[in-house]
Amino acid sequence: MGIIRKALASKPIASLTSPFTVDHYLEQIHPMLAAENVRARVLEVRRETGAASTVVMRPNGAWKGFLPGQHVQFGVEVNGKRRVRVFSVSSSKAAKKGTFSVSVKAHPDGYVSQFLHQELEPGTIVYLSQAEGEFVLPREVPASLLLVSGGSGITPVMSMLRTLRDTRHTGQVTFLHYARSREDEMFTSELDEIAATTGFRVVRVYTRQPEPAAELAGRFHIDHLKHLGVDPVSTLTFACGPAGLIAGVRDTYAELDARDQLRMEYFKVPSVDLDAADATGMLSFDDSKMEAFNSGATILEQAETAGLKPEFGCRMGVCNTCAIKKNSGAVRHVVSGEVSASTDETIKICVQVPIGDVNVAL
Amino acid sequence: MAALTTAIARTFKKNAPIKPHSASRHNAAPLTLINPDSEKPATIGLDYMTYEQLDEFGRELDTVRQRVLDDLGQKDADYIRRVIRLHKGAEVLGRIGVFMPFFWPAFVAGIVLLAVAKILDNMEIGHNVMHGQYDWMNDPMIDGARYEWDNIAPAQDWKHGHNYIHHTYTNIHGMDRDIGYNMFRIDEDQPWYATHRFNLPLAFILMLVFEWGIMYHGVELDQYLHGKITKEDFEGRKKRAFRKIRKQVFKDYIAWPVLGLALVPFVGWWAPLAILGANIAANVIRNVWTFLIIFCGHFPAEVQTFAEEDAQNENRGQWYVRQLLGSANISGHAPFHVMTGNLSYQIEHHLFPDIPARRYPEVAEDVKLLVQKYGLQYNTGRLSKQLGSVIRQLAKLGHKPSDPYKIGNSPESKALRRAKREETARRLQESRAPQLTS
Repeated sequence: MGIIRKALASKPIASLTSPFTVDHYLEQIHPMLAAENVRARVLEVRRETGAASTVVMRPNGAWKGFLPGQHVQFGVEVNGKRRVRVFSVSSSKAAKKGTFSVSVKAHPDGYVSQFLHQELEPGTIVYLSQAEGEFVLPREVPASLLLVSGGSGITPVMSMLRTLRDTRHTGQVTFLHYARSREDEMFTSELDEIAATTGFRVVRVYTRQPEPAAELAGRFHIDHLKHLGVDPVSTLTFACGPAGLIAGVRDTYAELDARDQLRMEYFKVPSVDLDAADATGMLSFDDSKMEAFNSGATILEQAETAGLKPEFGCRMGVCNTCAIKKNSGAVRHVVSGEVSASTDETIKICVQVPIGDVNVAL
Repeated sequence: MAALTTAIARTFKKNAPIKPHSASRHNAAPLTLINPDSEKPATIGLDYMTYEQLDEFGRELDTVRQRVLDDLGQKDADYIRRVIRLHKGAEVLGRIGVFMPFFWPAFVAGIVLLAVAKILDNMEIGHNVMHGQYDWMNDPMIDGARYEWDNIAPAQDWKHGHNYIHHTYTNIHGMDRDIGYNMFRIDEDQPWYATHRFNLPLAFILMLVFEWGIMYHGVELDQYLHGKITKEDFEGRKKRAFRKIRKQVFKDYIAWPVLGLALVPFVGWWAPLAILGANIAANVIRNVWTFLIIFCGHFPAEVQTFAEEDAQNENRGQWYVRQLLGSANISGHAPFHVMTGNLSYQIEHHLFPDIPARRYPEVAEDVKLLVQKYGLQYNTGRLSKQLGSVIRQLAKLGHKPSDPYKIGNSPESKALRRAKREETARRLQESRAPQLTS
């Protein structure tokens, strides 16, 4: 299949199908059939907790695989509209061939995560990107390793942990996880199992409902590492979780001059206040790596104020010249007042005003 | 780092309030149509209604548009995907058909299917997708910014000339480059030049090579020669055009015929030539069809054109009126509308260029009610009627007019243009003068 796929994605074929790609034709035969577009069929949706689910998928042949710790753009189509969200892979690299899974905590305002938790059915075809991200285990895993995670930040770390277990890693792995409570924790029984495996030390801290016999309590602190006998200076550390936890870990490592041992990934929930009287939040221009305070003007005008030169035409929402991707955040249409908050959608920036934090591909 | 900057942002959140309309000039005229010297409102539509009614008319049409936008969903997505499936199916079958030159019914069917495929792609899919009609689906394969069509004209430059210039400054003399495509005299108010004697034969030739005409139009050589676009811009247009020409010509006129060499032992030496001929024929059929539909959308006699002064400082309602009076519909049955990309609903398309075209028949009912309410013109007719009107226009306006002011090269016109130039220069000087003295 590899050779056929390569041939189909080759230049001579592309010149015969130009201006379309061969996938434009293949997807007419079967939606999973593609040379380059990654698609996957959902095999199982497993409830992890009351608010979190794992989606097991079988990707098509265009999928190039993942490294533990990476994430994918995950798109579902609902009522004709594709909604895309980035989720971390949670499965082991050594798991059953041809499948992998993502695990997601349903965010109260997150359309895709809610949909995934509540409505996604086995058999559905989902639209993916290739696995992305630099937050990955090195090829040679050092003898001692520390994994720290908080809340749903456990997902990429879980993929690492599972992979290390399944590949019979011989070094010492310490996993320190912070969750609100045991009910709120994903993968609880599997973590219990791994805790009993030699070479793995799993310590969970329940911040809201601590267990009576717990070794540690409260938020992340240098004393937690001391208690576990982990020396940050000599231990490669992966940390994933909410911005607060990451800031704590980063400061600790910075103080100890151990920053080069630390790999971080954090997630930030953008502020969306639909009723805000004032323009709030930051407008981020992703491609040019710039940020500006949201002034309440249209994104086009704010981009121009920031010194960018986005393409535009009519400046009245007619000609579509200024249409670009909005990566995240909510925007309000200046004429209709309609608010749209989907991730990764195309908007006409001449008639859209940001509400709270917005990130656009400019 | 991003987390840090956000923390700072939160502590200093002192920004301008969001005013629903303040952030855009949507309710005012588009930028370049504002008259810098005068606040005088545009005169468009005042023959039919008062200024207040025009405002109301604008709001009513905005409501229609919003109603459709709110209703977009699965059925619209299914529709465009069905058309795309039809296009890909027709193309594949067509390519197979033209590979059977030994069996003429399949060969001819192949040509027709290939032509139908190209028409579907150019009209119902390409034109409409590139207007952003399906951007709400968020599917990268149907994305207005990324779509490229099976046509010699590169999408980017076509979108600039069509979506922006033509759809914003519709039928304004000196602004909408699509009035007669710099080639024909199709409106009374266009100046007559000697080349217009050949209006009809030129139109016939353009019809056969229409895709090349669209490409050439998008290169904007005339704009460059008049100093209206920069050399850099022009070079970019040229480069994109050549790249697209290379791709299209290679595919249709080299690669596929060369594959036909495989047929030579079975069919004869002429097999690749037959395939080449079939591809040319399919492209020509598409050219003829798109030419006819597009010429009937704006060039029938009753369609109105406007002077820049009349359109300056126009409001939303006047913008709508200009679109309405500047376009013409073609009546027909459902498959006909699909083959025209629903551009047979040219009026609705111009009022709402970014709503999925399959909704035009539905909004046409609302538009007709408003047309009745305000006593406006709604130009519609069968293809033969509209085409007849276009041909008569081309023939009639090709003759030298008796009014010297309508002749581009007459001393009177030249004097008029010179006076206009001097007037602009004088105003420019006047506006600079106080700064010079102070």
